[in-house]
Formats: sequence, C-alpha cells, structure tokens
Amino acid sequence: MSEPLLEFRNVVKRFGGVTALDDFSMTLAPREILGLIGPNGSGKTTSFNVLTGIYGPSAGQVMFEGRDITGADPRAVYEAGIVRTFQRSRLCLSLSIYDNIMIGDTARLTRGLWSNLISRRGLEKQLDMTRRTARDLVATFSAELADRMDAPVGSLPMIERRRIEICRALISGPRLLLLDEPSAGMTHDETHQLMDDILAVRARGEGLSIIIVEHEMGVIERITDRCIVLSYGRKIAEGTYAEVAADSEVQNAYLGAD
Amino acid sequence: MAGALVVLGAGHYGWALLMAEETWQVVGLLALAGMATIAAYKTGFVRRVERDWAEAEPQLNRLAFAVLIGLILVLAGSHFALLMISTVLLYFIASLGLNIQFGFTGLVNFAGAAFFGAGAYTAAVLGAQALIPPLLILIAGGIVAMAISLPLLVPIVRTTGHYAAVVTIAFGVLFRTFLEVNEILGGPQGLMVESMKLPGWDFYNAPNLFGFETSFYLNYALMAAGLAALVFALFRRLERSWIGLHMDAVRLDETAAACFGISVRKTKILAFLLGNLILGVSGALYGMMISFIAPASFTFSDSLLLVSIVLLGGLGSPWGGVVAATIVVLLPEKLQLLQEYRFLLFSILVILVLLFRPEGLLPRHLRNFFPNRRTGA
Ligand SMILES: Nc1ncnc2c1ncn2[C@@H]1O[C@H](COP(=O)(O)OP(=O)(O)OP(=O)(O)O)[C@@H](O)[C@H]1O
Ligand SMILES: [Mg+2]
Repeated sequence: MSEPLLEFRNVVKRFGGVTALDDFSMTLAPREILGLIGPNGSGKTTSFNVLTGIYGPSAGQVMFEGRDITGADPRAVYEAGIVRTFQRSRLCLSLSIYDNIMIGDTARLTRGLWSNLISRRGLEKQLDMTRRTARDLVATFSAELADRMDAPVGSLPMIERRRIEICRALISGPRLLLLDEPSAGMTHDETHQLMDDILAVRARGEGLSIIIVEHEMGVIERITDRCIVLSYGRKIAEGTYAEVAADSEVQNAYLGAD
Repeated sequence: MAGALVVLGAGHYGWALLMAEETWQVVGLLALAGMATIAAYKTGFVRRVERDWAEAEPQLNRLAFAVLIGLILVLAGSHFALLMISTVLLYFIASLGLNIQFGFTGLVNFAGAAFFGAGAYTAAVLGAQALIPPLLILIAGGIVAMAISLPLLVPIVRTTGHYAAVVTIAFGVLFRTFLEVNEILGGPQGLMVESMKLPGWDFYNAPNLFGFETSFYLNYALMAAGLAALVFALFRRLERSWIGLHMDAVRLDETAAACFGISVRKTKILAFLLGNLILGVSGALYGMMISFIAPASFTFSDSLLLVSIVLLGGLGSPWGGVVAATIVVLLPEKLQLLQEYRFLLFSILVILVLLFRPEGLLPRHLRNFFPNRRTGA
C-alpha cells in the first residue's frame, strides 16, 4: 500500500474539561474520499480545526505527505495544499464573488510592495489570469452565477455562498479538500448536484483527496470510499459506508444522540 | 455627463462655501447641499453619477484635480481661503492613512494626532538645523511617525478591538505629555517651524501670479493638492492590489484569511506602518504651513477628529474622506458660534451617520480592479 497522504496519530484535543478529540488516529490515502460522520458535538469540526492549524492539538501528531505538520499555523497548512470550507460559511459578504474566490489563490500571488503598488504590469497579468480561473471554476458549478461575478456575496442565497466557498477552496489546486457539512441548508437535489460538481472539478485535476463531514447519509453513501464514525471524540467505527451503517455501536451512537 | 457635472458643481460649491461670510449664507449653503443630495437620490441622478464613475474614473479623477487647482488659483489672493483648503487637504491625506488602518484592515488607531504631530515636530527640529532639504523633511516626518509607532505593533498585532483601542489612546496621551515636559521640544509653548523650501524658492514668499498679488499660502495649497493627488493614487492602487484584497480579508475574517495563506500579522503591520507614515508626512507639511506648533494641537480630541473624518466619509472611501474633511475643518471656522461646541457637534454628527447611514456619507464601492477598462468579460 502506498504511503498515506494524511495521518492522525493519537490526536487529543481538550477544551477545558471537554475532550473534543480523544486519542484519534486515522489515515487517508491519496485520491481517497473519506466520510467523517458522527452525532453533534462528536469532534468532526474539531478534527478539521486541528488539522488546519486553527487549534494546536493537546497531544498527538498530524502527518501530511510524510511531513510532521503538528501545530503548524493555518498559513503553512494552506501552503502544504490543504484547504477547507467552514460549517458556518465564512465569506467576506461585502466583497464581490471575484474577490472572495481570489482570496483562495494567495499562494500564487506577488506580495511585494513594489510589484503591488508601483510597477504593476505583472500584477495586472496575474489579476486577469486569476479572474479567468475563478470564473471558469464558478461556471462548473453554475453558469448563471458565473455571469454575476461582480455581485457582492452578501446579496446571494445560501446555496450560492456554499458554491463560492468551495470555489475559493479549489482555486489554488489543493491536494486535500476538507468539506464541513457542505449541504447544510440545501435541498436533497441541490446537495447531489453540488457533489457532482465537486467530483467534476476533481476529475479534471491530478489526485485531489477529500474529507467530508456530512449528516446527509445519501451523500456519504454515494461519494465516499470509506467512512470514519466519531462519538464523543473517539473513533468508534471505520470501513465502507455499508459496513459502518451496519455496525451496532454506530447505530447506538446515532440513536442516542437524536 | 453626470459625473463631470458633480465634480464641477462641487468645485463651485466649495468656492461659495469659502466665500460665505455671514452665518445665514453658510446655513443656506448647507441646506442647499442637503436638498440637492435628496433630489439627486429621488431623481436617480446618483445612479447616473455612479455609472459615469465606473466608466470614466481616470478622466473624472483628473477633472477633479483640475477643478481643485482652479479653485486654489481663483482664491489665490485670500489667506484664509487658502489656509482652509490646505488644512482640509492635509487632514484628508491624514485620513487616508487612517483609512488604510481602520477602513481596510480594521485596525483602530486613536492616536492619529500623535503621529500627525510627530511629523510636525520632526519638521520643526530638522528645519531648524537646515541640514536636510525640506522636501526630504516631509519623508523624515513620515519615518519618525512610523518609528515611534513601532512599540504599538505588539498590542496591535496580538489583540483586537477594545484592548488595542485603549492602548492607542494611552499612547496618544503619553505622546502629548512627553511633548509638554520635554524642554528641547519647547515644552507646552511649542516650537517654531521653518517654512517649506524648494530649490530657489522659499514658501515664505507670496508667488506673483501674472502681476497679481497672492497669499504665501498659495505655495502650501498647491503642494498639499499635489501631495493629496499622490497619496490618493497610492491609496487607490493599494485598494486594487493583492495587498488591499488581503487587508479586506483580514478585516472581515482573520481566521478564514489565515486558512487561505494570508499572513494576518504581516498585513496588519504593513497597514499600521504605512498609515502612520502617511499621517507623519501630512503632519510635517502641516507644521511647516502653520509655522508654529504646540502640544495642544495634537491632543486626543484631534485624534478623534481624524477618526470621525473616516467614519463620516465612509470606511475605505477616499471621496467620502474629502467630503468629511471639508465638513470637519470648514464648518467650525465658518459657523463661529459652533466653535466652542465643535466636538459635541461632531459627536452628534458621527452618531447620526452611524445610526442612519452606517456606511458613511459616500460609501465605499466594490473593488474595481481595472478602472481603465470597460466592464465585461
Ligand atoms: N473553541 C471551543 N471551545 C470550547 N469547546 C469547544 C470549542 N470547539 C468545540 N468545542 C467542543 O468540542 C466538542 C466537539 O465539537 P465539534 O464542533 O468538533 O463537533 P462536531 O462533531 O463538528 O458537531 P456538529 O455536528 O454539531 O458540527 C463539543 O463538545 C464542543 O462544544
Ligand atoms: Mg461541526
């Protein structure tokens, strides 16, 4: 078996008395789509937050492409090729769709004062290119949205904002995409459409891996290669969707939570 | 063309406001402005102006600059009018510095007057030595303002909101106290500042304009106009660059910004230092112009005045800054009976604007990366 892309080694995350992640270990293979499921408060979002450097883990190790990224700051994690969406959408509502998506492409952009303020030939070229990329990306999700790239994001309905957040994550050509409940607030059909679009973008690139947190089990069943079930921060099951769905402990955890 | 009409109208209006002597004239002009604004909204004129601006921004900017120069030349004989114009322009420039911090990046700075004053005191000290050319003194003023703000970087970068605000307030008070007890800097009495000098020309002299007698303030008004245009252009370029985009991202959501590779720390440091540099440069020219400075000119109240320009005009909106600086500088001078109550008046004005028009008088528009191009694909 090839080396894993991502590995959690006995990761613990405590918030005061709450243990949000409890000795959590897992691996993710290149190109794999992993479903992360579990009842409310089971630590799914926390695992993303620890991975993306928003919180340092209380104990344990996180490895990415064989490198130790435990406690790396969010910027370093982004530069390593890991991007995410947020459970509660975090866009810049007063900025245009273009601006929001271009924020996702920081790694490629010139940062110098001189090239940004004085000699702007290169900057304008970059702008043109990035805007075109952003527009093409949005067009994959919705042709109609791609015609309104100058609209402020705050004027758009939730479903469009979700799409924009995903485009912001994808524009840099990442290695690993973390989706935190992308379907929240969407209808069944919209959710499946969104997943198809994400898979279409993925098919164009070389080997994007995905971890998806989702309550809509139809989505999990359809697109994941493998699932991990969390309960109170601990991994209680792992396997294909069919396997974990049949697991009695999983059924208990879900029934207990609902 | 609606946009050009507004620019020309604003020029005339400025002239009328500067010429008005009686209180009733000033009040009448203010009422006129209010009614014109309402009418412009009701008739959809505002939308036409906005469209013009989106389509021909560079041309309109140039027209505005020409109108400003025209206004200055028309008033070339009046000490008072030119002093007012220069002061408005220098406060406007200072507000652009503050806008980079507060409007773009979300960094509060309640010590604006201290950095402005640092520039002015630098001009006083360096001007007395006569070792450096005065044009470089302007830059030195900016650098000194930037340098004294370095200790503030720690709280600015580490904390957000109220705590950082309190630290800047404390800094401003400390700065003033330092000036008052420092004998070398003239103590509470303050210092004389040498005039601006270009090679072969001392700004102390009144230029001769085709045989007409002018005010020496003409020098300063023209220089302030040039500096304002320069800083305005830089401000626009900053807004329309990756750095400007990143400043917005940091202001709106630090965590998300960091997750997309933006260095929150570097962005804040850059915004804070750049803003203070601009405050210092404008303060240096201000000091040279008024030729005498004292700690009492750079108090916490003056810092609030600068912040209120930014809030009144609209966060991140340079044209809003022009309007607000005019209101804040000119009104108390024109309405003498307001002089005493000016801080009260501005507090009320700011509260009213924040309540009823929180985006400011001339709200900032969406970023237009390519003002030189027609919109479209
Ligand atoms: N910043 C924080 N401070 C304190 N406690 C936290 C913090 N973030 C998460 N927690 C706690 O950690 C536990 C796991 O939360 P987490 O958000 O990871 O759950 P989740 O699986 O994403 O749940 P949901 O399905 O509701 O999104 C919860 O008990 C939560 O209250
Ligand atoms: Mg969650």
